[in-house]
Order: sequence, then structure tokens, then C-alpha cells
Amino acid sequence: MENYRSKATILSVLSMGLGQIYNRQFMKGIVFLLVEAWSVFYFSGSLGRALWGIVTLGEEPRRLVRGKWVEGDHSIFILVQSLITLLFLVLFIIAYIMNVRDAYKTAQKREQGQQPNNFKQSVRYMLDYKFAQAFLTLPTIGVLFFTIMPILFMIMLAFTNYSAPNHIPPAKLVDWVGFQTFKDLLSLKTWSHTFFGVLTWTIIWAVLSTVTTYLGGLLVALLINQQGIKFKGMWRTILVIPYAIPQLISLLVMRNMFNGQFGPINQYLGYFGLGGLPWLTDPFWAKVTVIVVNMWVGIPVSMILIMGILTTIPKDMYEAAEIDGANGYQKFRIITLPMILFSTAPTLIMQFAGNINNFNAIYLLTNGNPVVGDYQYAGATDLLVTWLYKLTLDQNKYNMASAVGIIIFLIIASFSIYNYRRTKSFKEEDMIQ
Amino acid sequence: MSGRKARKGIRLGLSYLVLIILSIGAIYPALWVVLGSFRPGKSLYSKTLIPESFTLEHYRELFNSQSYMFGQWYLNTLKIATLSMIIGVFLTLLTSYAVSRFRFRGRKTALSTVLILGMFPGFMSMIAIYLLLKEWHLLDTHLALVIVYAAGAPLGGTFIAKGFLDTIPRTLDEAAKIDGASNWMIFTRIILPLSKPMLTYMALTQFVGPWVDYIFARLVLRTKENWTLAVGLYDMVASNQNTNFTAFSAGAVLIAVPITILFVFLQRLLVDGLTSGASKG
Repeated sequence: MENYRSKATILSVLSMGLGQIYNRQFMKGIVFLLVEAWSVFYFSGSLGRALWGIVTLGEEPRRLVRGKWVEGDHSIFILVQSLITLLFLVLFIIAYIMNVRDAYKTAQKREQGQQPNNFKQSVRYMLDYKFAQAFLTLPTIGVLFFTIMPILFMIMLAFTNYSAPNHIPPAKLVDWVGFQTFKDLLSLKTWSHTFFGVLTWTIIWAVLSTVTTYLGGLLVALLINQQGIKFKGMWRTILVIPYAIPQLISLLVMRNMFNGQFGPINQYLGYFGLGGLPWLTDPFWAKVTVIVVNMWVGIPVSMILIMGILTTIPKDMYEAAEIDGANGYQKFRIITLPMILFSTAPTLIMQFAGNINNFNAIYLLTNGNPVVGDYQYAGATDLLVTWLYKLTLDQNKYNMASAVGIIIFLIIASFSIYNYRRTKSFKEEDMIQ
Repeated sequence: MSGRKARKGIRLGLSYLVLIILSIGAIYPALWVVLGSFRPGKSLYSKTLIPESFTLEHYRELFNSQSYMFGQWYLNTLKIATLSMIIGVFLTLLTSYAVSRFRFRGRKTALSTVLILGMFPGFMSMIAIYLLLKEWHLLDTHLALVIVYAAGAPLGGTFIAKGFLDTIPRTLDEAAKIDGASNWMIFTRIILPLSKPMLTYMALTQFVGPWVDYIFARLVLRTKENWTLAVGLYDMVASNQNTNFTAFSAGAVLIAVPITILFVFLQRLLVDGLTSGASKG
């Protein structure tokens, strides 16, 4: 028995593919070699610059030389390019480890006297036993580049001074500043006042909007589900309509209907001799309006959800309760309500988390307005997310926006992870079948 | 006995009354806009709900006027939404099938990653995506939107789709395997036909997303003839002061009606989709 293992391993460590060729898996070896060649070519040109870029974020801004602008380093492009290169490096390292492990395993099999798979057999093996991984490759690449990389990028921005007016490339450079942005946000009077003001409203909004839509949905579902109510399907169809209309449309329409000067609602009130209300221009009424409009949009969702659960409650529970002489209210309190609460608790928490991030409801309806005088670029109905949006796109305070984004994430993540961990489906998911 | 009957009658009567009021509340704004789109003039307000005369002028205006390129926007949106839907559903299906049917190393990590990534505010990554698209010279193209919408689809849909696939008995797969079917055959011959309701639900939601997305489309699309419906419609009401509300209503009707009809029509599926997502996480 020969010792193939160490030779194959050493060869595959030296270069991808050599171990496979040594194992007489030529096609596979050539594929690996091509990957290696391409990677060496790519990294020799970019890796040094990527490391330099991520450490320094550029050294020369755009400058005037003898009356002409000379392009310098654009810190943000450098950061993005470096990040892409480093991500490719991670992928390359993973591929390299796979290559070594594969060479080792195949050599081990040869020592036991087995023929290594030929290329066709390898593909076949992949499809039979590594099906899940093969399936996941494409989505993973998409998620990596369009979700993970952007998030990493934004997290990094929170630790730079990338903001208007003094640190916007290409005229100026951007630098790493550590936790300075967070310190400013939480302790600098102008920023912290806005931050805590907006945070407070965000939480009030999330609680109120979740509770109102949930209770509203519960009420409607119970109303329709009562014994003796006819045309249940028709009521449900009518009441589900607000959910079926795209939010973009319904919220923009509501924005016009509640318009203080020419909106139909105030004109209607005027028609009946009542004074109009400053629906969207007074801070207090604007808050009331967003909650009410959100009920209109959100109640159908809870209604559908709760109606779905009502149908799953076993009938014999009610029959047993009736034999014991329970009245309608008792049946509701002892059977219906606990069952609904039990099944919807996870959704309720997710809806709460979703409402913290409910960009559409605020932005399309009020734009975050009315403006509050002593706030930094925020209005009375701005949530943390819409404030983040304004800081990014209108004010170019990218570092501050990223810091706010990270804080939002921490709040939401703590709710969701708690929620996810305690759901049964995570702990015992294989028990379903 | 009759007292009980009377009480029941009162209860039902009150319930019907509340239901009628709620129903009016639910459809009034929608009805207002639909009827508004047929009303002559420019104001969204009128004393009566039903207009005194009907006109199709606003619809004609949308497609003929120089300032609105509604026909062009409609085609753009249709193209973007259809392509993102096809690719997005495909990617979501791959992901959810893999995590529902196979047990492999890193599976729980993958699931948790999907969950955590979904918690980041979407536009936190928008600036980065914007720069990335700029790097690749994809700004102001429809391809950029399709790529980003489709790549993001698995994050939103995987959990609901997985919840559905989990309910298809695994004994079916095993029986097919014994009969000599490969994984791919099991997927195409057994799983896909059985997942039709879920596929419809997924296709619908992933079509509607791009169809009405304002934020990201606004960021990427710069020239007016490349705009989508959402960007165009928002521009119609939010940019200028003396807005033409009736034309806006007509636009709103054209965007919302196909989607709304689909949703109401597919209500059953909606219920299933929502509840399976709810009870199985």
C-alpha cells in the first residue's frame, strides 16, 4: 500500500489542481488549475492595492496642478473596490481549502484500493449527495454581492467621517475615525436630541400601530366568524381590499385626501360647516393621521391571519365547553383568545419589528413632516429609518446614517432573534413530519 | 326562550351594522379614486361621490401628453417586474428546496444568516449598491433593477416557501428514490407540481414588489423615459404644487387595478401563504 495521502495533500497545497492530477482526476485538476491561474492573475493586480486602500482610504485628493484638475484617490470607490477584492479572496480561500480536502480524501480512497471517480462520476456524485450545496450556490452569490457586501460597506462607513460638507470625495479624502460618529450621535447635544426624540416616536409608533391593527383585525375576524352571519366570503373579500391595493397607491391617495387645503376630507368637513383639521401639518395630528391610515392598511393582514387560525381551532373544544354550560363570552375567553394569542405571538413580535422599519407608511404619507425646528434634518413623524434615508440621500451624512442603521439593526435583531429562538419550528423542525 | 332569540337578533343586527360601516370605510377611498379618475376637471374633491358626468379624458391625457410618458413607464415596469419575478422565484425555490429537504453542514447557519440579513433596513445598503452599480456602469439601466430585485428575493421568500415545502411529506421523495428517481427528477416531477399554490403566491408577491417599488427605482433610474410607474406616479403628486389630481387618480387606477384584482382573486392562496409563514416561522 502506497502513501498517496501526503503526496496528494502537499501537491494540492502547492497549487490547486495538482493533487487531483496526481490522483488521476485530470478534468477536475484542470478545472482547479484554471481557477488558480485566474485567481493568481487577478490577485497579483489587485490585492496589494486592496490592502493599501482599506488601510489608508486613499492618500491624494483631487488637486489643482498648474491650473488643471488632476484626479486623485476617490476614497469611497477605493473602499468598495477593496471590499470586492477581499470578498473574492475569501471565496478563493474557501475554494483552496476544498481543493486540499478533496485531494486528501481521494488519495485516502486510493490507498484503500478504490478507483478515483472519473469526471462524469464526480458530477453524478455531486448531483446525488451534494445537491443542496449545488442548489444554494447561485442564490448565495447573489446574496453575497447584493446584500452582504453592501451591509459590510455600510457598517464600515459608520467608522469613517464620510459626510457633507467636509469629507466628500473626489475633492476631499475620507478617513477612519473609530467610534467618533457614535459618540457624536449619542452625546453631541444637537444630534442626541434628535436621535432620542426620533427613537421615542419610533417606539411609540411601533407599539401603537401593532396593537391597533392587531386588535382591529381580531375584532373584524370575530365579527365575520360569528354564528349566524351570512355571506362570510363577501365580507372578507370587501374587507381585504385595502390590503390588496399596493401601499404606494393607497398611501399616496391618502396623502392627497388628508391634504389640509385641497384634500377632500377637509373640504367635506367644510361642506358640513365644520372647520378642517391640520391633518398633516400639525405635529400631533400628523401622528394621529399616520396611525389611523396605518390601521386602514394593516387591519386586513391581521384579519386574514386570525381568520386562518380560527378555522384551525377544533370544534369539539367548543362543544365540550357548551356541555359544561359556558356562555359565548366564556368560550371566547377560555378557548378562542388563548389559541389565537398562542399562534400569533411570533407574528406579533415580527409585526412590531416590521413597524419599527415601516418606511412606506411614513415616507409616502407624510415624508416625515411636519419639520421640527430644533431637530437635525428630521420631522415630527420621522422614524429612525426615514431619518436615515434623509441623512443619506438629502444631506449626504453617510457616516451618521450608517450609525443610525446599525442601531436600528441592533434593536430589531434583538427582538427577532429572541422570537426565532423560542419558536418551536426552530427547535423541533424535524418533528413536523 | 324568546328573550334569547331577541338578544341574538340584536347581536346579529349590531354586527351587520358594524360590518357595513367597516366595509364602507374599507372601500370608500378606493372608490373615491376610481370615480375621481372619470371626473372632469383637475380637483380630487367633489360634493358627490358619483361624478355628474364621466370622461375618459384623464386616461387619454396620461398616454398622449408630452409631460407624462405613461405608456413607456408601463412597458418598463412590466418588463422589470416580469423578469425579476421569474429569476426571483427561481432563486427562492432553489434556496427553500435545499434548506427544506436536505440536512447538510452549515444549514442552520445559513437559515440564521437569511433571517439576520432580513433585519437590516433595506436602504442601509442602498448607497453601496448604488456605488457598485456605478462601478459596473449599470446605473439608469433596467438590468440593474432586475438583478437587485432578483438577488434580494431569496431573503424575503425563503422562510415562507420553506414552511410550505416542509408540509409536503418526505415519504413521497423516499418512495421515488426507491423507484430510482434522481434528486433532479424528484424536484421537477414531484415537488414542483405539488408546490403550485406556493409558486403562485411567490410569483405574485415578487411581481408586485418591483411593480410598486419607489425607493430603489428612484435611486437607479435617472432619465424620465427609463422611469417605472411608481417613480412617475410619485413625481406626479409630490414634485409640483398645482397637481393634476384626476390624472393622478387615473394613473393610480391603472397601476393598482390589475394587482388588486389578482390579489382578491387569489385570496385563498394569500391566506395559506400568510398562515403557513406564521405558524412555521
